[in-house]
Amino acid sequence: MSKNLVVRFAGEGGQGVVGGSELMASAAAQGGYHVLTFSTYPSQIKGGPAWGQARISSEPVLTPGDYLDVLVAQNRYAYDFNVEELREGGIVVYNSEEFEIEDRGRVLGLPADKMAREAGNPLASTIILIGAVAKMAGVDMGALEAFITKRWSRGRAGDQAIIDGNIAALRMGAVEAEKSGLTLEALEAPPTHAETRILIRGYESACLGAIAAGLDSFIGYPISPATTMLTYMEANMAGEGTFVGQSSSEIESIGALVGAGFSGKRVMTSTAGPGLSLMGEGLGLAWMAEIPLVVADVQRGGPATGLPTKTEQSDLLCAINPGHGDMTLPVIAPGDPEEAFFAAAKAVNWSERYQGPVILLTEASIAERAQDIVIPDASKITKEIRTVSTGEFGNLRYKGNTVSGFPVPGGPGAYVANGSEHDEQGDTTHLPEVHIAMTERRFAKLKVLNDGTFEAENTSADVVLLPWGGSKGAGRAAWLELAAEGVDIGWYYTMYVSPLPEDMLAALRQKKLVLVPELNYLGQFAGVLRQQGVNAQAITQYTGLPFKVSDLKSEIRTRLEQSK
Amino acid sequence: MSKRNPVYDFKWCPGCGDFGVKVAIEQALGKRAVERNESIENTAIVAGIGCSGNLVHLQEGPQPFGIHGIHGRTLPIAYGLKSNRPDMNVVVVSGDGDFLSIGAEHIGPQARRNLDITVVVMDNGIYGLTKGQASPTTEFEVVTSTTRYGKLDDRMRPLEVYLGLGVGYIVSEMSSRVKQLGEAIKEAMEYPGFSIVHVQSPCTTYNDTYALLKGDEKNGIEPLAKPIPDSHDPSDFMAAMTIAKGKSVPIGLLYKREGESIPAHERLARAKERTQPREYTVDQLLASMTI
Repeated sequence: MSKNLVVRFAGEGGQGVVGGSELMASAAAQGGYHVLTFSTYPSQIKGGPAWGQARISSEPVLTPGDYLDVLVAQNRYAYDFNVEELREGGIVVYNSEEFEIEDRGRVLGLPADKMAREAGNPLASTIILIGAVAKMAGVDMGALEAFITKRWSRGRAGDQAIIDGNIAALRMGAVEAEKSGLTLEALEAPPTHAETRILIRGYESACLGAIAAGLDSFIGYPISPATTMLTYMEANMAGEGTFVGQSSSEIESIGALVGAGFSGKRVMTSTAGPGLSLMGEGLGLAWMAEIPLVVADVQRGGPATGLPTKTEQSDLLCAINPGHGDMTLPVIAPGDPEEAFFAAAKAVNWSERYQGPVILLTEASIAERAQDIVIPDASKITKEIRTVSTGEFGNLRYKGNTVSGFPVPGGPGAYVANGSEHDEQGDTTHLPEVHIAMTERRFAKLKVLNDGTFEAENTSADVVLLPWGGSKGAGRAAWLELAAEGVDIGWYYTMYVSPLPEDMLAALRQKKLVLVPELNYLGQFAGVLRQQGVNAQAITQYTGLPFKVSDLKSEIRTRLEQSK
Repeated sequence: MSKRNPVYDFKWCPGCGDFGVKVAIEQALGKRAVERNESIENTAIVAGIGCSGNLVHLQEGPQPFGIHGIHGRTLPIAYGLKSNRPDMNVVVVSGDGDFLSIGAEHIGPQARRNLDITVVVMDNGIYGLTKGQASPTTEFEVVTSTTRYGKLDDRMRPLEVYLGLGVGYIVSEMSSRVKQLGEAIKEAMEYPGFSIVHVQSPCTTYNDTYALLKGDEKNGIEPLAKPIPDSHDPSDFMAAMTIAKGKSVPIGLLYKREGESIPAHERLARAKERTQPREYTVDQLLASMTI
């Protein structure tokens, strides 16, 4: 019996390959399996090489999977481009209306579009393919039919006809698979679950976490791969006093956030690298004027326009210091969709608590990933609301060496929120002693953000693995396998990458070597750690795709050898 | 400069037009507060960078809230502030450099949103704070420190720009007419929508245009500033454009869009009524994803 089934749907953008993988994952999740999706596509509406991958497992899933059990190829290019990742004994299902495969065995050509048209259900070609794949992997077809029934029971007149058509399509695929005689090692039965599970995408989770923390306002500008947060908020953030708006640029977004934060509201935007660059000066204003706000940066690849739809972890340095001058922004980088919920809530709460800007640093592979998680308990999220001025210090909003009462416009304590260096009431001054005192005040405020948690295992090892953000999954999988193979390596992980949890930092400083897998060229997090006295070494990769566990594992072994 | 804060660094030059604008804004806010019986803390002044921006600090006694932000971004800040707090009276103070050069991209979006905010632009035709560089409203062929052989770019004509971008309420004034300016700003604050009061506010150090604006009848020099005739119908867009395109600086209410002005927050309220947006709690939204 196999624990995993990894299926990749490859073709052109617009052919439903991403939708196919998500449908397959939804169906399997409904059947009780753990699932995780990954997709990659070009930055265009239709056309260009695209693929979506679903990993289905009887165990909790950490990564999309290194190798494919089934490749569903819509055209010759998709076959040629992806077949190298098919594991030995894997099966290719291909669109035989488009091309033929004659150079290998274990292939099944299906004219799925034609079959769907002939069955009078032209939209069902993906379901025919899913039926074939599921049959070959020994997945319980009854559970899939139950999924179809549930999915299309929407209380509309045509529901039953669609359900019948789709079940017929599923069976058509299964029949073809059976005729071919091709089978995979049967997938283990799904586990049973005591807790309520949901299938959620990373961006949905981040949005809901922020709303759970009491977000009032969301203003953003469309940009891949962060637009999904804006559209989700537009559709779902409602209620008295809330506001969602589309700005005319990221420069306008960050200005609007400063205005909204100043007005007393809890406010957030979503953007990607190019937008974060444009927000640099405005984020500096929020830091100087002490305005709470949250910027979610969904990382893509490269500088300038770079790789708009790919995944990378190359914005960390920019997130920590997005603009000129002395500042260090708090950065929370969740490692998976489940953490995204709590990370977003914490980002809102941190911004309120220290009265300044916070970066929620996610990435394309997390934002777009669909994964089954235990339903988060929103009632556990505390809504931290900034300390509001009652006028006790008159107009002296910037009095003292730590967070002070925030005067809400309309109430007492009118002052000037000033991006120029200023005195206690916000009037501009360039006196050296004031610049010294105010600079120190702004950094001292960070000390209230001391509740970041972290994971630590095998802490006695002198070499440790410390992945961050979206490399957590591959890092964890590699670490688990190495540990099982008897390798002595420690595990540390936190989503609070700035400021780092103090106890974790103290422990890391004692280590001989800290290995940091990250998706960038510079080894950005490793550099940040070295700056703080940790002997960190990056394991980098910059393909625009996530780490493969096998690659990471072998590189860790090499580094361990070298460190001896 | 400021009585309440003697160590405050900033100083305007003697005779700066911005003094008149400051007094006019204070008068407008004072009258509004009395008429509406609302506290002055219910106003927020959003300032940019330049000599104009320093106006935000100069209110004596009870004062409005203020933001002294970054160069060119007054309107984005006002957008976030007003969208989230429609109860606040939001006034933007800016200059020709801040508003019409680095900040010009923001005028169009705000005009289309019709945010209920009032902008007071202090136009001195020069970058004063950085000591005399050409601004968008510096005249063609004028010599400044960045236009040694005379300015090569044409002068921007702000009133035409505002009309073209769809600003619904436009006043052109002069800083020396403090009383009339105060009235004009107060009226503009009453207008339910996006309004701009464009003020000629001369820079006595780098671009002293007082004499030009006022003229010199003795020596037969016609004043550049001329009152808009009473016969002008402010709701007539083409007539307003003709005046804006004229040689002189018009003084008075140039344009007031015909018909009811629906400010941004009311548009949103109407849209919500029309569509009845989904109002789900986080728990309900999470539960909707149950496997």
